[in-house]
Amino acid sequence: MPIQVRIPAAISKGSHGSTTVEMKAANLSELLTALESMYPGVRKTICDDAGKLNRFINVFVNDEDIRFLGGEKCQFQDGDEVLLIPSIAGG
Amino acid sequence: MSLVTGLRCRECGKMYPVSPRVVCDCLAPLEAAYDVDGWRKALSREVIARRAPTLWRYREMLPLDHEPVTSLNVGFTPLVKAQRLAAALGCKSLWIKNDAVNCPTLSFKDRVVAVAINKAKEFGMETIACASTGNLANAVAAHAAAAGLEAYVFIPDDLEEAKIYGSAVYGAHLVRIRGNYDAVNRLCTQIAGEYGWGFVNVNLRAFYCEGSKTLGFEVAEQLGWRIPPVVVVPIASGSLITRIGKAFSELAEAGLLEPTPFKLIGAQATGCSPISVAVKQGGTAIEPQRPSTIARSLAIGNPADGYYAAKAILDSGGTAGDVSDEEIREGMKLLAETEGIFGETAAGVTIAVARKLLREGKMNPDEETVLCVTGNGLKTLDALVGHLDIGVTIRPRLEEFEAQVLRTAGSPAIAAN
Repeated sequence: MPIQVRIPAAISKGSHGSTTVEMKAANLSELLTALESMYPGVRKTICDDAGKLNRFINVFVNDEDIRFLGGEKCQFQDGDEVLLIPSIAGG
Repeated sequence: MSLVTGLRCRECGKMYPVSPRVVCDCLAPLEAAYDVDGWRKALSREVIARRAPTLWRYREMLPLDHEPVTSLNVGFTPLVKAQRLAAALGCKSLWIKNDAVNCPTLSFKDRVVAVAINKAKEFGMETIACASTGNLANAVAAHAAAAGLEAYVFIPDDLEEAKIYGSAVYGAHLVRIRGNYDAVNRLCTQIAGEYGWGFVNVNLRAFYCEGSKTLGFEVAEQLGWRIPPVVVVPIASGSLITRIGKAFSELAEAGLLEPTPFKLIGAQATGCSPISVAVKQGGTAIEPQRPSTIARSLAIGNPADGYYAAKAILDSGGTAGDVSDEEIREGMKLLAETEGIFGETAAGVTIAVARKLLREGKMNPDEETVLCVTGNGLKTLDALVGHLDIGVTIRPRLEEFEAQVLRTAGSPAIAAN
């Protein structure tokens, strides 16, 4: 299930903004596993002790907050664009 | 003059040097850290009393490294003893903190932008920007114009006209986004990450948020250097209510007043109530919502400080409430009719939530309470169109006046004839 994932500089540690990579993942859990293999240690940063994505990270699938799409139950489709963003902004 | 020691992660506590940094390595938000002993040495009630009546009278407790150079006449808005509103709500002692007359753009956002824009100057930034539900856009546009900076404001495309024109008039670049505030905010987070612009509520947020503390500082000073037992605060991102609590705690740390208990009460519209819902369930886990309310300045469905706001409220022993659009209009009218203060829809939320919680017995009518009015009703007139009695139109003739005005009103003047 190839999807496009945009990863913020805060995770990729890139100095020139975000990075977009193609990954194979059918859901959030598989996405986190794929991310961990690409950026070892990242799971510990963005997930809590129970392995759930922590509250500082928002995930959007085709511009929709994944929590409106069933969260962990959301099934990605071929070509979906997934966006990871630290939820620190606004107000 | 700097008493700022750096930026501290709000979760893991890791310290960073002062910079326009977005997040900690652990991706949690950062906040300014201070030399608290420095406050005790530099500040006293007398020192503060001798300073001009602006928010800069508390400048050591704000995250600037130098004296402010722009936005100098902001803050120190009236704290109004609201006896007629108190009588209407059936409570003993009520105050209105009236940021509807804050300068220059008539909302509490002048406070946060005053700090952010001075910080942007210190960082040598030439362009500042924001994601906004309207009031912030007005403030960024105005303060940037006065400081000679370029401003880009990103807003939902369905905002009130007054808030759109009230930004455009200052020469700011407006970008109207097809989507709600949460979509605007998402885009701005990406732009800040890609292009390094000075977004007041993204990469300048750690500094910007501190400006909100000045509302709390002023309330305490205006009460004669004491903390009010109860404060009702409208909630959008959750930043203001969190910082009002922080302000009271910091005044005590600085030795400026006695640390007495206070309850924070959060006010939201039912059509956008993620924090109120969490607090009423006794928790801090925020479920995002799709906003639908006339209180568009509070329409943030995925609030950045939601967790911290819920935690601050619960830790204080306070509570939260939410009200319908009709109740919001009633709140605006009640405030205007009893105190002569025309607050925006968010003020209607604050008044209506206080009324509701008092009726439900969730607020104590004997406890002295401060209600925060954070924006001006002239900016949200459209919420009242069709909901007010705007009188009759008559020809300029005495008989029409008598027939249509005096008789309708049952005036004793006509009865005497």
